[in-house]
Amino acid sequence: MVQWLTNEPLLAALAALLLLGSGFGALLGYAAIRFKVEGNPISEQINALLPQTQCGQCGYPGCRPYSEAIAEGDAINKCPPGGEETIQALADLLDVEPQPLDAEHGVEKEPVVAWIREAECIGCTKCIQACPVDAILGAAKVMHTVIADECTGCDLCLEPCPVDCIDLIPRKQGIGYWHWPLPADRFRPIEVIATDAAARTAA
Amino acid sequence: MRVLHDIHGGIHPPERKGLSQPGKLASLGLPPRLVIPLRQHLGAPAVPVVAPGDTVLGGQLLAEANGVMSVPVHAPTSGTVRAIESRPIAHASGLEDICIEIETDGLDQWVALTGTPQWQECEPAALAERVRDAGIAGMGGAGFPTAVKLTPGPKRPIELLLINGTECEPYITADDTLMQCFADQLIEGAAILAHILGAGAILIGIEDNKPEAIARVQAAVTKAGASIEVASFPTKYPSGGEKQVIEILTGQQVPSGGIPADIGIVCLNPGTAVAVREAIVDGKPLTHRIVTLTGEALSQPCNTLACLGTPIGYLLQSTGWTSEAQQRVIHGGPMMGFAVSNLAAPITKITNCLLAPTEAELPLPEEPRPCIRCGHCAEACPASLLPQQLYWYARAKDQEQLAEHRLFDCIECGACAYVCPSQIPLVQYYRAAKGQIRDSEQERARSDNSRARFEAREKRVAEEAAAREEKRAARKAAAQQQADNGGVDPVQAAIARAKAKKAQQDAQQ
Repeated sequence: MVQWLTNEPLLAALAALLLLGSGFGALLGYAAIRFKVEGNPISEQINALLPQTQCGQCGYPGCRPYSEAIAEGDAINKCPPGGEETIQALADLLDVEPQPLDAEHGVEKEPVVAWIREAECIGCTKCIQACPVDAILGAAKVMHTVIADECTGCDLCLEPCPVDCIDLIPRKQGIGYWHWPLPADRFRPIEVIATDAAARTAA
Repeated sequence: MRVLHDIHGGIHPPERKGLSQPGKLASLGLPPRLVIPLRQHLGAPAVPVVAPGDTVLGGQLLAEANGVMSVPVHAPTSGTVRAIESRPIAHASGLEDICIEIETDGLDQWVALTGTPQWQECEPAALAERVRDAGIAGMGGAGFPTAVKLTPGPKRPIELLLINGTECEPYITADDTLMQCFADQLIEGAAILAHILGAGAILIGIEDNKPEAIARVQAAVTKAGASIEVASFPTKYPSGGEKQVIEILTGQQVPSGGIPADIGIVCLNPGTAVAVREAIVDGKPLTHRIVTLTGEALSQPCNTLACLGTPIGYLLQSTGWTSEAQQRVIHGGPMMGFAVSNLAAPITKITNCLLAPTEAELPLPEEPRPCIRCGHCAEACPASLLPQQLYWYARAKDQEQLAEHRLFDCIECGACAYVCPSQIPLVQYYRAAKGQIRDSEQERARSDNSRARFEAREKRVAEEAAAREEKRAARKAAAQQQADNGGVDPVQAAIARAKAKKAQQDAQQ
């Protein structure tokens, strides 16, 4: 065997390459099965950035389907509840240019929660079935109420309500939610550099 | 003699403390109406236990604590509850908050108070509970519920109780006056606090611009024969910051993001110590505090022991206030305070000073100019941060870099803004950035919760659908089996029954 290899160096080299290639191929093949990633890791990361209102304003039935669509290449500017902040975060994650919010899907609004006018509620349970996060409490022919801490403000309960007794009220009200605003940028724009000031009047 | 350590940075603004004559307490009488906010501390607002129309006595409970991070509120004098509603309060936002309005009757009748002069025999936990029931929250400015500080837990043994009598901010002399007028009470209060904490040593730190206070406190310590050390250290702003005063007096640094209890120290304001003594020994809840009323727009600046809930306007008018055009009234000191937008707003447990400066005395801030990266702010920062970098990142809302540059170690002392040649309101940028970061964290927690709930619901809906489908399939299989076994097919039988019924109805018509 050794004799043959030394006599036929070209074939020996080919054989060695073949051997190495099949060896590494087998290793890679095994690794692909052994360390297979379930689901799409990018869509998981995208889903973690979405606001989870599950409102469907993006045109998908929830945040996870939209995150999967973004991972497949859909636009990142279809989420009004997330607004600019979410678009920026997604742009950072995916390393793409941030785009302004697509007005077709809605505009960025103050966060809200649903509020049932309890005297008017007839106990039809339609809103309970519509709520994507089980934030409405009640039973048939019994008054319903919204668990404000769990409500995402998606407004999916408004449409099914036969007596129109659900309002959306601002979630962040009062002194507990206030924080200092960023100071307004009051700098005068610098139009010319000092040495160039004469040039402008001359022109 | 204690070895003193220096802190990084710091500034020496004009002190102007003599203006309010520290050491003397003026009496300004009882206002006709008190407006008592339910949130005078850090944490959840108290819950009212009185209703409009009720007559109350001094010291009576008005609102009880709501949870651990909350303290109750008591009536400062006797009178009638007139309203429980939203009122303007002293807050940087200018927003309103729920308050209890009391019309005072001028009799100042009090509930019977039961104190415990023999506090040494009481369990520390029971005493801490009484501190909380007395409504005591840190009186230095942050309003942190004192009982929470007094129960650091078994994992944080406390060795040193530090009474922080620094009061480094210009103009303010409330703690100075308190230490001069109530030195004996301060010593006993400190002893009670050390008993509750199980602290072996008590240290009272006072800046060296308050020689009378140092002498009075030292005399009181000698008189009581207590083993309390009184240390004085050079005047510099902001030595009075909790982390700063600890470093000056012990050389230890509180870890970033940690609390002093992590290194075995609890730091409290002298006002808090006196309030604790009153609560334990006299059984008297926190209903009054010393407020410095100062500024050149007042003809008689002074310190006064005022009822909590006294409207700011009442206090200013009682001290000869002349309102100038564009007059500002500042709640707190000139470095860290904020302008009050409505003089009907009341003083609270955290109001140590009301400053009414003339325009010449404290000019309005000029237009900010661009940052020239001079680096003066970094030299002045007592927390060794890089204020100009934080400023750029706050403008860019770059939360990652802000965290990287330790934004949350900023104590908002304002030293950077004071030295800034471009007059940039740096601290406001940091406060805004902190608020935004806290907001995003809350939103993230909320969305994580929503995701879990959404997924749980999807799973449940799918399971229910699968269970229904399974039942249907089982029924179908059972019917098929019955038919196959030569029996009657229930489906065919039902169809036949329906047909027969219809035929019967048709026949009747």
